[in-house]
Amino acid sequence: MTLERKFWGPVGWGLLAGALLVPLAGVEHGAKIAVAVAIATAGWQLTHRGPAARAIARTGVILNRIRGRALTAVSENRRAWMLVGAVTLAAGPLALNNYVLDVLALAWLYVVLALGLQITVGFTGLLDLGYAAFYAMGAYGYALASTRFGVSFWAGLPLGALLAAACGVLLGVVTLRLRGDYLAIVTLGFIQIVHLVLNNWDRVTNGPNGILHIGRPQIGSLVFTDPIHFYYLMLGVAIVAILINTRVQSSRIGRAWMAIRDDEIAAEAMGVPTTRLKILAFASGAAWAGVAGVCFAGKYAFVSPESFTFFESIVILAMVVLGGMSSIPGVVVGAVVIVVVPELLRGVQDYRMLAFGAALVFMMAARPEGLIRRGLPKRRPGAAAA
Amino acid sequence: MLRVEGLRVSYGAVEAVKGLDLDVGAGEIVALIGANGAGKSTTLMAISGATAVSGGYIRFRGTAIEGRPASEIVRLGIAHVPEGRRIFKRLTVLENLQVGAYTRRDRREVEASLEGMFGYFPALRDRRGQQGGTLSGGEQQMLAIGRALMANPTLLLLDEPSLGLAPLMVERIFDIIRSIHRSGTTMLLVEQNARTALGVADRAYVVETGRIVLHGPASALLDDPKVRTAYLGEVIA
Repeated sequence: MTLERKFWGPVGWGLLAGALLVPLAGVEHGAKIAVAVAIATAGWQLTHRGPAARAIARTGVILNRIRGRALTAVSENRRAWMLVGAVTLAAGPLALNNYVLDVLALAWLYVVLALGLQITVGFTGLLDLGYAAFYAMGAYGYALASTRFGVSFWAGLPLGALLAAACGVLLGVVTLRLRGDYLAIVTLGFIQIVHLVLNNWDRVTNGPNGILHIGRPQIGSLVFTDPIHFYYLMLGVAIVAILINTRVQSSRIGRAWMAIRDDEIAAEAMGVPTTRLKILAFASGAAWAGVAGVCFAGKYAFVSPESFTFFESIVILAMVVLGGMSSIPGVVVGAVVIVVVPELLRGVQDYRMLAFGAALVFMMAARPEGLIRRGLPKRRPGAAAA
Repeated sequence: MLRVEGLRVSYGAVEAVKGLDLDVGAGEIVALIGANGAGKSTTLMAISGATAVSGGYIRFRGTAIEGRPASEIVRLGIAHVPEGRRIFKRLTVLENLQVGAYTRRDRREVEASLEGMFGYFPALRDRRGQQGGTLSGGEQQMLAIGRALMANPTLLLLDEPSLGLAPLMVERIFDIIRSIHRSGTTMLLVEQNARTALGVADRAYVVETGRIVLHGPASALLDDPKVRTAYLGEVIA
């Protein structure tokens, strides 16, 4: 590769990314991503061959080994480690300050979001770039239900999930015949539409000013206001999401989703109703986004369109990709990392999106299957017999 | 058991199958032989509901199945081993097999099918926790057949089971196909490898450009001069 190409490659990709993303994600985010793309491209050109590439691959191997050791350590003493984890998660917050608790509560919220998107993208292989639209449905759904009809937070949760799932069905039906790139483009359009509607339908959404004074969650006389309340609330919701998704993944439907991802035609030939299951995947993923949206609205007591953008979709997608498309622990780690790392990088405020982009590219090079690969299911005793 | 009449299938403006007729009787192995692009695979796909039918009739045990969704057709007892195996690469062997049984709800029956299937393919039992994509070509073919058997079919559609396999493996696969047949499964077999196909089949049809041009008992086709020159590569003086 000539030096000239080495120079123009990154500049070209950066400009292209900027041209595409500035109108979509706004000048600020768009420019940041464009620079990140340029740096990433340069990094890629420098590293995808030669000693740097070997170093990256080696890091990947080491990461894998660490993970292997950790897993063995955990599985050898499963109960004890789970107890340690549970105690840390439950009692830890008492020793943490409000800022840390806030970040962690946000991390659990994103765990829920990422787990939802994982159903659509990771399990079923449908690249949905409009996922934040469902998040908006949950948030605005509850915001309106709460401010206009006084619906409580707890009633809002299923309501938001249902509303988002209904939108998921709608998007699923509309995009049924689309695959791959085409599906990605239409879903991208979907989040743009939702964002524009939220911004402009003043009478209902109050436009860019957003909706204020949304009811907070309440148990008896305890109104959730402190970060620690939301830490526990979000942790609870995240744990429920992890448990449900783990069950779903190893169920008949979960297998059928993954079969569709691996080979849709073969799945169809095996009698898997692919159309229905793809719509179901959109709806199930969307339901979690709806739940997360209600929690978001309940936490901040305020929603506005700027929280629900294409960029938001991309961040959630990055969590799924980074963590490992079909591994549930992977996606949990991915979500926590993507929420926490930028916070740790606050010291380099202006460059943190750059560092973040570079980290993502590094991950893609070192471990394209994500941080954690899907652990293969245990052999069932019934099938092992004889 | 299966009767296809005047079947037509089009891909856009191109008609791949142009009025094809065939019959499969209960307990038979019927082969469909022909060159690349003759419409053999398309015919199988139409029967299993994996592709849309633009004309004609398909009757399976008295029920009209043309245009029905694949899931219904599998439930009626037709399972398809698609060309090129098309196993689910990132699912384990066991999960692949479980997807094959997707339409069946009775767990105990599925477990019984699994045991029966492992009887034909003991290698799959040893590899059941492995990802499908890590299997060798021959093992993937076994998995594709095993997966179809998990639907407990009365009619098995086999599309090019010899494709890309070493001769020894082809022999093994066909031995297994024979023993599956002996246990009472009717088969419709598509093959380019005409000699092998005619070796196992009771009857055969020769397909050319979307139509049947010749049919009869497999042994008679093996002796037919046209078949011998066109499909068996023999030079007849």
